[in-house]
Amino acid sequence: MKMGRKPGTFLRLTLSYAVLIAIAVCAVYPALWVVLSSLRPGASLYSESLIPESFTLAHYKELFTSQSFRYGLWYVNTLKIATLTMIFSTILTTLSMYALSRFRFRGRKNALTVMLVLGMFPGFMSMIAIFIFLLQLNLLDTHAALIIVYSAGSVLGGFVVKGFYDTIPRSLDEAARIDGATHLQVFIRIMLPLSRPMLTYVALTTFTGSWVDFIFARLVLRSKENYTLAVGMWELVNSYQNSNFTLFAAGAVLIAIPITLLFVFLQRFLVQGLTSGASKG
Amino acid sequence: MNRHRSTAAVLSVLFMGLGQWYNRQFTKGLILLAVEAAALFYFIPNLGKAIWGVVTLGEKTQGLQKVGKITVRVAGDHSINLLIGGIITLLVFAVFLIIYAMNIRDAYRTGALREQGVPPANFKQTWAHVTDKNFPHLMLSLPALGVLFLTIMPIIFMILLAFTNYASPNHIPPKSLVDWVGFETFTNLLTLKTWSKTFFGVFTWTIIWAVIATFTTYFGGMLVALLIESKGVRFKKLWRTLFIIPYAIPQLISLLVMRNLFNGQFGPINQYLGYFGLGKLPWLTDPFMAKVTVILVNMWVGIPVSMVLIMGVLTAIPKDLYEAADVDGATGFQKFKIITVPFILFSTAPILIMQFAGNINNFNVIFLLTNGDPVKGDYQFAGSTDLLVTWLYKLTLNNSQFNMASAIGIIIFLIVASFSIWNYRRSRSFKEEDMIQ
Repeated sequence: MKMGRKPGTFLRLTLSYAVLIAIAVCAVYPALWVVLSSLRPGASLYSESLIPESFTLAHYKELFTSQSFRYGLWYVNTLKIATLTMIFSTILTTLSMYALSRFRFRGRKNALTVMLVLGMFPGFMSMIAIFIFLLQLNLLDTHAALIIVYSAGSVLGGFVVKGFYDTIPRSLDEAARIDGATHLQVFIRIMLPLSRPMLTYVALTTFTGSWVDFIFARLVLRSKENYTLAVGMWELVNSYQNSNFTLFAAGAVLIAIPITLLFVFLQRFLVQGLTSGASKG
Repeated sequence: MNRHRSTAAVLSVLFMGLGQWYNRQFTKGLILLAVEAAALFYFIPNLGKAIWGVVTLGEKTQGLQKVGKITVRVAGDHSINLLIGGIITLLVFAVFLIIYAMNIRDAYRTGALREQGVPPANFKQTWAHVTDKNFPHLMLSLPALGVLFLTIMPIIFMILLAFTNYASPNHIPPKSLVDWVGFETFTNLLTLKTWSKTFFGVFTWTIIWAVIATFTTYFGGMLVALLIESKGVRFKKLWRTLFIIPYAIPQLISLLVMRNLFNGQFGPINQYLGYFGLGKLPWLTDPFMAKVTVILVNMWVGIPVSMVLIMGVLTAIPKDLYEAADVDGATGFQKFKIITVPFILFSTAPILIMQFAGNINNFNVIFLLTNGDPVKGDYQFAGSTDLLVTWLYKLTLNNSQFNMASAIGIIIFLIVASFSIWNYRRSRSFKEEDMIQ
């Protein structure tokens, strides 16, 4: 401690650090526990200590080699669905929100209100109808169905994007328009480079959204070779959670790792996305 | 020579595209002709059946018929497929009517231009016009179609279901027909003892949960943010990254892990309590404890989001406010009370209300952690921690009480919608969005 600092400050800082460390333990403990459990030999939930006496990768190996799981295949499926959903929804959301933010046309306010109202219906209400609709289109048990439904649904969550475009000065695109650029050119050459944080935010949220969805995906995907990770995980939990906890832990770690890493590395963009929604409702 | 507009309009009313041909816009006319031909091909056999299906929900029950010596099962009308098919056809018809009206207007306008001596636009010019003046419509048409058929159609369907008797065990197609019953479902939900007790019980818990969950995460997040940002605390970035971890782990995983952490018999939490000489707690099996656990876990999940939000707001507080306060000799606590808290509350109020609405529909935490359990004997298909939305899920996917589920869905919608619309109307972005520029 430097000379001259008040003892009150010292006490306050010590207390602050104590609370921060306590919260940090709470925040990290579950993650740490499941990672260590997945490396523990045996199958039971109970363990004498947090850190296992010996480490093993057997559970991870089992996930990829066992006949009853097709973890490798599910990983590829999920990656495919999440990537395509991400691409389509980012294009759809940014283009439509750009149109809603920049242009004044009849019915625009109504479109915004309808978007808002539709977002308030509980999602499950639509599941039965979409299920029958997909059945009639012969799209059940296909990945295309998931990609279409996810992408179409993502547009309704585009308010954050619209709010972002509202803040970009209009003089930028007006200048380009005077130079003879078409609307699409303005969007691609001027708006897209400016909206990188927003693009990252939309891409990240749609990617994770389809990565972890198990409710709708479970309804649509019927055969094991079409499963996504989340659906397979759900089956794993229902059948193995009590009898083979360490296997469940290994599966959980594998699903969580890509998303968690993406979030931690891109947190700057997440913060921007969240707060730009905050300041403008 | 002077009657181009009415001639073109009338021709377009007769058959789409004719007016455009009359205006010598051949490519456009050809496309419109093709649209109408396809529409006729689709609607002539389907439109009447669609209306009949929606109105009657089918008339023929599945039955057994004697053909010679053997009895054969004869398929009846499938009410639910008729209803959905009907709604879809009617929506397609509505889209077609819009195109039809646009076609007439277009012929009329081009005709009017011709009267003034302006030559009709050729296809290339039309295309340029569409991508320029109608750019927003063009960009919005694809998402609008997706929303129409994948969001609006299902919602119309589910709203209509609330007015039918589509429920197990007596009215499940294809075995039997479904009928319109008016407001009977709502009356049953609110007056029939078995249903109303569950409904009011679950409803009360939903509101209590939403209030507590919102406040704990909001003020918890505020506390953590202020702690990290307070003067003299070092490694700010490290703390933030550590605290953001619960938010970064997918809820599907973290909540299932929590379910094991709180496991009454073998879970580590009870194990640690044992080390300190305390008894094991029934975290997930006792009705009251389960509610406490759900709220605790929700704090773990929700505090990081509020923390991130409030940290963003903190950096936006103008520094000169504090400097002015320093000049006036304000203490640290006074500055906190008079500047920091009002500023945070003011700028996050809309988010607070949206979080409240979101918590009413917080499916993941309840479903993945407790699945609504522990079971409550006198509840109809619901448990002690079930929210309206998880109850709705159970009624739909496990118990086939579709009409009841729809009625509950409508009620949830009314609650959430009233909060959100109130919030949206008073938020600046709606009123003054053009003023930001």
